[in-house]
Amino acid sequence: MSHARLHNPGCETLGRDELEQLQIERLQSTLNRVYRNVAFYRNAFDTHCVNLERIRDLPALAGLPFTTPEDLRKSYPYDMFAVPLRDIVRIHSGAAASGTPIVVGYTRNDLRNWTECSARVLAAAGITEHDVVQIALDYGLFPGGFGFQQGAEQIGASVIPASSIASVEKQIAVMKDFKTTALITMPSHALRIASGLEQMGLHPERLCLKLGLFGGERWSDQLQHQIEERLHIVATDTYGLTALMGPGVAGECHGRQGMHINEDHFIVEVIDPKTLQPLGPGQKGELVLTTITKEGFPLIRYRTGDLTSIDPQPCACGRTFVRMARVSGRTDDLVVFRGVAFTPSQIEQVLAQVEGASPHYQIILDRVGGADTLEIKVEVCEAFPSLDEVRTLETLRRGISDRLMSVLNLDARVSFAEPQSLRRETGPPTPVVDRRGTP
Amino acid sequence: MLRLANLEAGYGPLRVLKGVSLHVSQGEAVAIIGANGAGKTTLLKTVAGVIRPRAGKVSFDKHEIQGRAPESVVESGCSLVPEGRHVFPTLTVKDNLILGAYALRRRKRSAAEVTASLEEVHSLFPILQERHSQIAGTLSGGQQQMLAIGRALMSRPKLLMMDEPSLGVAPMVVRDIYQAVARLKRNGLTILLVEQNARAALAVADRGYVIETGQIVLEGTTQELADNQEVQRAYLGKEYERIDE
Repeated sequence: MSHARLHNPGCETLGRDELEQLQIERLQSTLNRVYRNVAFYRNAFDTHCVNLERIRDLPALAGLPFTTPEDLRKSYPYDMFAVPLRDIVRIHSGAAASGTPIVVGYTRNDLRNWTECSARVLAAAGITEHDVVQIALDYGLFPGGFGFQQGAEQIGASVIPASSIASVEKQIAVMKDFKTTALITMPSHALRIASGLEQMGLHPERLCLKLGLFGGERWSDQLQHQIEERLHIVATDTYGLTALMGPGVAGECHGRQGMHINEDHFIVEVIDPKTLQPLGPGQKGELVLTTITKEGFPLIRYRTGDLTSIDPQPCACGRTFVRMARVSGRTDDLVVFRGVAFTPSQIEQVLAQVEGASPHYQIILDRVGGADTLEIKVEVCEAFPSLDEVRTLETLRRGISDRLMSVLNLDARVSFAEPQSLRRETGPPTPVVDRRGTP
Repeated sequence: MLRLANLEAGYGPLRVLKGVSLHVSQGEAVAIIGANGAGKTTLLKTVAGVIRPRAGKVSFDKHEIQGRAPESVVESGCSLVPEGRHVFPTLTVKDNLILGAYALRRRKRSAAEVTASLEEVHSLFPILQERHSQIAGTLSGGQQQMLAIGRALMSRPKLLMMDEPSLGVAPMVVRDIYQAVARLKRNGLTILLVEQNARAALAVADRGYVIETGQIVLEGTTQELADNQEVQRAYLGKEYERIDE
């Protein structure tokens, strides 16, 4: 593999020894800063009797307390910022597993580093200045669209911020007319575009599309192959999360043996989510990341909730950064539907607010014709007076679905089940049935 | 080339360096900026062997040199230009320079090599050639600074460490000195620079570290440091208004 696809060969091929020196220096300076500037960390380190001067090497990181999504939610909106708000030049926010979202601030340097990391991920996937890149991701509070936009612009590609608002037809029209060579979106959206092409009778060969970068939701090897076959592209996996920097944390190279993590910006650990003990290479566990260059919103040992494993073996592409396997699941019960994350308990909270709905429900996720569907099956209260009345049921259905949309931004189909049919003791063992895994 | 790992040092009960880790790669110019008393000078003196570290490692060219005597550190190729110049005031400019080649002679290098070193120093600071027989104590502050740098260069170091080269020097001369530093860097010399004058240091360095009360609190390229608002307020003189919470 040529070095042409390395965006920053100096950093991406650092020897392990040099990289570890850089990591420990950056870790120590980050720890000194968060201890001085972030009350949460000062308290956490003091409570755990952490002496920062004892963090003399990378394994010592394991002695520090974790940061959880719950900690971030409790600090809503700005309590975990490490700089005054006037030093923050960008604010993003993302859905979290329960009500309160996570708010992340970026300084000028954070934006520059984010752009750099994103550009590396794009270059690893094969994007060059000759590409026309269509980004069909949300451009709003969610950092996805912006992260890829900045990185692709730094590479010098021609970037189309198509966003996720445009319809499938519009995306296809842009793709065809603007001669898009690379598509960046969520896997489920790529499938919708593929179905759209098929319905319109437009063969992918008549497009200029050759590459795709995907992220934002869980997907499988089979789905990756299916997208490649249906869109006639090389599809690569990317990894990012709102709490860190959206896209740019890790990305696949053409070796297709996992995603290289930008280790000069993040220290990676994998832990057993039950014992919380570190796991070795190849062992599957929860991904834990520590930011070592972030100024605005540094995170120490952040538990991502994503299940993966790490492969430190050298890669044919020349990058020396370790690779993480495709995310195979979550430690919590977080469900991601069309980029919106929610937990069953949030559904429960919504149902509790609607008169007539019982707290017994089932979440059914499916993929129909390439598009993801969400059905919330709800037991009707036994006390509900007029179960057989169609109009009353229709009002109840609309009440639930409106609240799902307004509270959780979920576009779900609501159906009803007989009383007693969905009780956990007798009914399904899990409130979530996900049939999307099999394409 | 130079690597510090968790370096600790101090004076008596005073802990000045509290676990400093940093590195300087071959051909790189690295600046350490920080306020008075942050530990900058102690850091350089510890590397140079003037102060013994209490803990931690100093590796130079892959050899551990912590705790070695200063002359041995110089011989290994690491020279310090101390803060406040410390030229020998009663000796001539030339004699000051020749003394700087002491380590070369200990390594039994030829007189020709000493002469070559002298010529290089003269080409960098022509004023030192013009004033070669003048008594060093009668030079201006800026000229003494040039002499101190020249003297350190006489041992043909691989790494040149400079402690506050702009201190007590007229602004015009600061520019001359930093132009010389930039030239040394272009010629491939590796430089570790300690400065309160962050603006001057960041102008010539590739990377930098910010040190506060004996701990590194920031690392980055000079552009990153220059763009950091806290660095701007604390070291680059950008107006700082206190926010009372």
